[in-house]
Amino acid sequence: MRQISCAEIVRTVSSLCLKANSELGPDVMCALEGALAQEESPVGRDILRQILDNHRLAAEEGIPMCQDTGMAVVFLELGQDVHIVGGDLTEAINEGVRQGYTEGYLRKSVVADPLRRVNTDDNTPAVIHIQVVPGNRLKITVAPKGGGSENMSALAMLPPAAGEEGLRRFVLEQVERAGPNPCPPVVVGVGLGGNFEKVAYLAKKALLRPLGEEHPDPFYARLERELLTEINDLGIGPQGLGGRITALAVHIEVYPCHITGMPVAVNMNCHAARHQTAVL
Amino acid sequence: MKRLITPLTGADVEDLRVGDRLLLSGKVYTARDAAHKRLVDLIEQNKPLPIDLEGQVIYYVGPAPARPQAVIGPAGPTTSYRMDPYTPPLLALGLKCMIGKGPRSPEVLAALKEHRAVYCAAVGGAAALLAKHIKQARVIAYPDLGTEALRELVVEDFPVIVVNDCHGGDLYEEGAARYRRTGSTD
Ligand code: SF4
Repeated sequence: MRQISCAEIVRTVSSLCLKANSELGPDVMCALEGALAQEESPVGRDILRQILDNHRLAAEEGIPMCQDTGMAVVFLELGQDVHIVGGDLTEAINEGVRQGYTEGYLRKSVVADPLRRVNTDDNTPAVIHIQVVPGNRLKITVAPKGGGSENMSALAMLPPAAGEEGLRRFVLEQVERAGPNPCPPVVVGVGLGGNFEKVAYLAKKALLRPLGEEHPDPFYARLERELLTEINDLGIGPQGLGGRITALAVHIEVYPCHITGMPVAVNMNCHAARHQTAVL
Repeated sequence: MKRLITPLTGADVEDLRVGDRLLLSGKVYTARDAAHKRLVDLIEQNKPLPIDLEGQVIYYVGPAPARPQAVIGPAGPTTSYRMDPYTPPLLALGLKCMIGKGPRSPEVLAALKEHRAVYCAAVGGAAALLAKHIKQARVIAYPDLGTEALRELVVEDFPVIVVNDCHGGDLYEEGAARYRRTGSTD
């Protein structure tokens, strides 16, 4: 049994909140550069240049790239040979979020109750997903998620007969309906299969895959490429003001499902496709 | 790229067309849903507003907290449709320009034509960059609203794109139509 202390988890989560909000992965920056090279619309190119300048400035100065610093989504891959000591794991994660958002001057965007809507003032609680895996390490990923893109997400329980065509239609409809709201160019996370709750999780998980990495199954890799082309053919463009680049990537995550159904979910991410990971 | 100084004149607005890229300098006010509601309540009660709207610009923004020494925290546009119900009465009082992101309601588009005003987009998620163009910021009303308080900003070369001009143009419609390569999905 390897011991990991809650104090270390608090520190790690806190610094990941700061880093994720000010620094994008090189994969996202590279995809945005590629988008600028391909974009045909002058307004679209101007927007992409502003986005790239913005993200470089935020990383240099260690300030948030967007004022919506999101709700913190935290993914843990917890080795089964790890023993968490010195406190409560969930509380440690929330304490990390609290410290990161308060000390880092990040915006507090969480209300304690969906109907009564009083701000918790420290951006807690986080949305936490824990997966137990072999080994004695703890992998922590913090993915701050803004409202503009999250609100444009959707889920449907399609019949098996909907097939590949049904999946395409559903994804394209969501991107078209979302228009400028999720701050395109977007990353489109698609969950396919599993059941009602699993498919939403898959769509979110799809957003963590590095841009430029295709699905390992060539069948889905092809589908991802074709969907990306079809989305970009919608013409929505950067910020929805028209252009050739509406999405930077489409990522599909798949899971077996029941013989009677074909659940599908779309989780949108904005160009501020934020996530940072640390391994303890 | 056109440079404009606020407050805007009627002639400034008549000259603008969808797709124009502008650099704005001068005073700009910030307000979101809650501040809008208070302004419109005052109008309905025939009471004076805390600001004179003639020729002015309102930026829909809820900045992140400012660090010590910083003028303002990261300050990118928020989604505009939440302000739609409150917008026509403000346009009737002479408001000339709004900055936000995302499309507006048919009522707002009609009011833009009627009252000769424009709607512009700033780049959503370019908050760190946009904040650099904000040189001064002070709360002038509703401090209890926190990030949503009514602020007066002084901006320099603040980059925006004209989305709806006073002649009925709409870049969300026209831009996507120009670059679309397929039929609609419905
Ligand atoms: S959708 Fe993303 S980039 Fe746009 S305002 Fe929200 S968090 Fe920022």
